[in-house]
Amino acid sequence: MKIHEYQAKAILRDYGVAVPNGFAVFSAEEAKKAAEDLGGGTVVVKAQIHAGGRGKGGGVKVVQGPAEAYETAKQIMGMQLVTHQTGPEGKEVKRLLVEEGMDIRKEYYFGIVIDRASNCPVLMASTEGGMEIEKVAAETPEKIIKEYVHPGLGLRPFQATKIAYKLGLDGKLVRQASKMFMNLYKAFEANDCSLVEINPLVATGDGRILALDAKINFDDNAQYRHQDAWAELRDLSEEEPLEIEASKYGLNYIKLDGNVGCMVNGAGLAMATMDIIKLSGGEPANFLDVGGGANAEGVANAFRIILSDPNVKAVLINIFGGIVRCDRIANGIIEATKIVDVNVPLVVRLEGTNAEEASKILEESGIDMIVGRGLADAAQKVVAAIQ
Amino acid sequence: MSILVNKDSKILVQGITGQEGMFHTRQCVAYGTQVVAGVTPGKGGQEMDGIPVFNTVEDAVLSTGANVSLIFVPPPFAADAVMEAADAGVELVVCITEGIPTLDMVKVKAFLEDTDTRLIGPNCPGVITPDEAKVGIMPGFIHLKGKVGLISRSGTLTYEAVKQLTERGLGQSTCIGIGGDPIIGSQFIDLLALFQDDPDTEAVVMIGEIGGTAEEEAAEFVNNYMTKPVVGFIAGQTAPPGRRMGHAGAIIAGGKGTAAEKMAAMSAAGIEVVKSPADIGEAVARVLNP
Repeated sequence: MKIHEYQAKAILRDYGVAVPNGFAVFSAEEAKKAAEDLGGGTVVVKAQIHAGGRGKGGGVKVVQGPAEAYETAKQIMGMQLVTHQTGPEGKEVKRLLVEEGMDIRKEYYFGIVIDRASNCPVLMASTEGGMEIEKVAAETPEKIIKEYVHPGLGLRPFQATKIAYKLGLDGKLVRQASKMFMNLYKAFEANDCSLVEINPLVATGDGRILALDAKINFDDNAQYRHQDAWAELRDLSEEEPLEIEASKYGLNYIKLDGNVGCMVNGAGLAMATMDIIKLSGGEPANFLDVGGGANAEGVANAFRIILSDPNVKAVLINIFGGIVRCDRIANGIIEATKIVDVNVPLVVRLEGTNAEEASKILEESGIDMIVGRGLADAAQKVVAAIQ
Repeated sequence: MSILVNKDSKILVQGITGQEGMFHTRQCVAYGTQVVAGVTPGKGGQEMDGIPVFNTVEDAVLSTGANVSLIFVPPPFAADAVMEAADAGVELVVCITEGIPTLDMVKVKAFLEDTDTRLIGPNCPGVITPDEAKVGIMPGFIHLKGKVGLISRSGTLTYEAVKQLTERGLGQSTCIGIGGDPIIGSQFIDLLALFQDDPDTEAVVMIGEIGGTAEEEAAEFVNNYMTKPVVGFIAGQTAPPGRRMGHAGAIIAGGKGTAAEKMAAMSAAGIEVVKSPADIGEAVARVLNP
């Protein structure tokens, strides 16, 4: 789960991490008021969307005083902000963060993630602040400073200090920075984050270290430990409406750009089904995992979600029954077609126990559908159905 | 022979009295697996279909000599269940549970380092040695005893591959679902090494997916140590970057973990990589009878 910059900064502030003073606002008037409350001097107006690259897209502006803050906020609020992470249609800006301007001396990168290869959290830092860490990693990997965290002992102070010295910080800044790294790790662990990223971390002219930007992602698996807090932080307007709808039914759905809808049980098989549709000359319209059971209700809900996408011109159902009998799934599909009007060609491939009977049930049901025999056959048939 | 489990494996089921645990225990027993004990705290002394239930894994191991644990415990308690099994000296722990927080798994991995326990999963279908032992939730009937080893990050996609093998008369020595989470107990390389040393395995299928670098590490291992032919498939060739594709670990992050990178690394290591998930069985037939 992703949250906004201003929300991330509020969390970090609670852990003693220095961030610029600022206010989250929802209108130009509020932006003006925020600029006044910040002293009437230089402020930064920052679009709050769940995507990186906001500055380059024109969503971050440095302005002088409340009047200018008002004008700029008016421009940014409501705009479709396009960045390399939003896709060409962009994201509508509905919230802004108005912050005090900073006298920036130098910019750094700092991040914490779980390293899948070493099975523990890793702190990463670099003097190349403002740049994407992936780019630094690809071009100059030697510039990335890494410290691995012992899962039982947590981050040790010497590790935080090592990073501060390796960044070339001096004097008082080392102590400030290492304390900040310790606090950032505390926030990472206590909030079940999958990512805490400060890019840039800055040293200011008046001798301070601050988190100028902040990005936090949470580990979805830990949601049960943070129910209320995360419910409050979640911004549904940042999510694809069909994906929210699907999640209500416990379906795992991701919208894509193609025209072949697919309904599959299991995440790996769902991805593989998308792949074989593409190999057969089609374009998948979605990823959808209906889960193990694939009963009438689940299939009906999945139909509703898939068919809400106007691009969908045919649907492929690919279910590997496993322990659940295919004849039951076949009856579930027939039931579902009575609940939902399926107005595009439908190809069904069922595999597992009683697959033969299931095919017969489908063929004799009188419902307009094409039975696929095997994965390749089903994919070819659904692509042919569109052409 | 086979790897990890066989007809002599004595299984205990943690969470045996839960709905999932009970259902799948019965399926495993029906397949012929020796399930010798169950563990549910507070239900010690009861029985499930004649299988004795204990309060702790230690009690179960001491009373029955169980050496493999199959876990169906809900996510908030699953990490602890794995550690309890390892602490009791269980050699192999198979954790089916999906949804364990990543930071809990980080602690589990550190805990296991000081033990001799091998963990498969979490978020996996389990392990099966056809005709000997089914320790997981996979449909047993699609399998055929034979000489092909299979390692996969997926569930139903594994069944798809098994079906393709069985249809061609290509039996399996052991099939393992290693799990779809970012942090898992055993990686491809751990199991490739076991298959390489197993005299009854003649070829190995590895089914990976987007996210992480486990397939690249496996490719390097195959290149350096494997003499047996390996067939590979990567799911998620059409997956968009930055999106989690159902499995917690299936995500292309920062341009890394793409199917294209993995397939290239595997091909370079001499693995027979198929683009289509429908070609896995055929590719195995080809490498076994060139």
